[in-house]
Amino acid sequence: MSSKPVKTLRSPLGRVRGLGSAKSGVSHWWLQRVTAVALVPLVLILAVVLLRIGTADHAAVVAAFRNPLLAVLAVLAIIAVFWHLRLGLQVVIEDYIHVERSKIAVLLAVTFAVFLVGALCLLSVLKLFFGV
Amino acid sequence: MVAFTLPKNSRLTEGKSYPAPAKQAGQEQKLKTFRVYRWNPDDGQNPHVDTYTVDMNDCGPMVLDALIKIKNEIDPTLTFRRSCREGVCGSCAMNIDGGNTLACTKACDDVQGDVKIYPLPHMPVVKDLVPDLTNFYAQYASIKPWLQAESPAPARERPQSAEERKKLDGLYECILCACCSTSCPSYWWNSDRYLGPAVLLQAYRWIADSRDEMTGERLDNLEDPFRLYRCHTIMNCTNTCPKGLNPAQAIGEIKQLLVERRG
Repeated sequence: MSSKPVKTLRSPLGRVRGLGSAKSGVSHWWLQRVTAVALVPLVLILAVVLLRIGTADHAAVVAAFRNPLLAVLAVLAIIAVFWHLRLGLQVVIEDYIHVERSKIAVLLAVTFAVFLVGALCLLSVLKLFFGV
Repeated sequence: MVAFTLPKNSRLTEGKSYPAPAKQAGQEQKLKTFRVYRWNPDDGQNPHVDTYTVDMNDCGPMVLDALIKIKNEIDPTLTFRRSCREGVCGSCAMNIDGGNTLACTKACDDVQGDVKIYPLPHMPVVKDLVPDLTNFYAQYASIKPWLQAESPAPARERPQSAEERKKLDGLYECILCACCSTSCPSYWWNSDRYLGPAVLLQAYRWIADSRDEMTGERLDNLEDPFRLYRCHTIMNCTNTCPKGLNPAQAIGEIKQLLVERRG
């Protein structure tokens, strides 16, 4: 907590103004709310469906996902979940990692991981629906 | 910068304990113990917590009264800021009993047990209870906290309807004591880029002012993932504000306007 020696002679106002405003951030914030709102009904519906077919055998689950409405809802839920996840993790990473290089490296790794798992989930639903 | 443990040279040690005032014959004493953060930039030592005991029957009711009494009668080296002693100037903002507030409006009786007094959290310390607010004031200057208009100035005052004036209630009362900003974890970690609740409330005070003509430019200046959007509605700001204001709501209004102007 003690005062650190100032490493720069730039004025405090100059430091605060820094590189200026990024003039962005609204879309990020807005999309996080949109995906959150979308997930309220999607998660509820999917939770009910999964609880009902959770105890059924493999054939019954496959049959359930042949229903276009359920398959589309599952696809939408996956997109919303992983989009929301990626936006949220970005905020956490920006909050806590301050070294620019590490921040970009972690952001890239997290983005790729989220896309990978999300794509696998999507493929699983499509596989069930198309029955290949 | 994120720091979950204190740096080595900031770790607290136990300091001096000053004896309780002697009891005079026939005197009724009401003793209260104050545990106060001390740090001296000149002695090369770690910060420590000193213990003072004050007879509250012989002292004003507020924490600031006790601090002044300690400085006058027990330990003149104790350093803190104070000026108006009635919650108007914001000088004596500090962390009392675990919460940021003004020493002059916090009653000692409202604290159970010992009164623990620390400087505002996660700020560089100048000495004892005096934090370095240079960055905070520079952030305030960066939002241009004055009326900006291009229309030629009218011969008399710039008129404002009663409803328009009402929008400034809950904003103009802010005394910039920095209690809210220094209670915000987001501000602790990112105060180099995040403006913090106090400065954002002040920014909204000028955005909401019907006489100001630079609303769009003001929003441009705030539209930034760090300057504004580090606010994660933690609400510590609103919880701690000694003036009962709601910085979190002001920040919410700014976010709403930014969405609104996109159409």
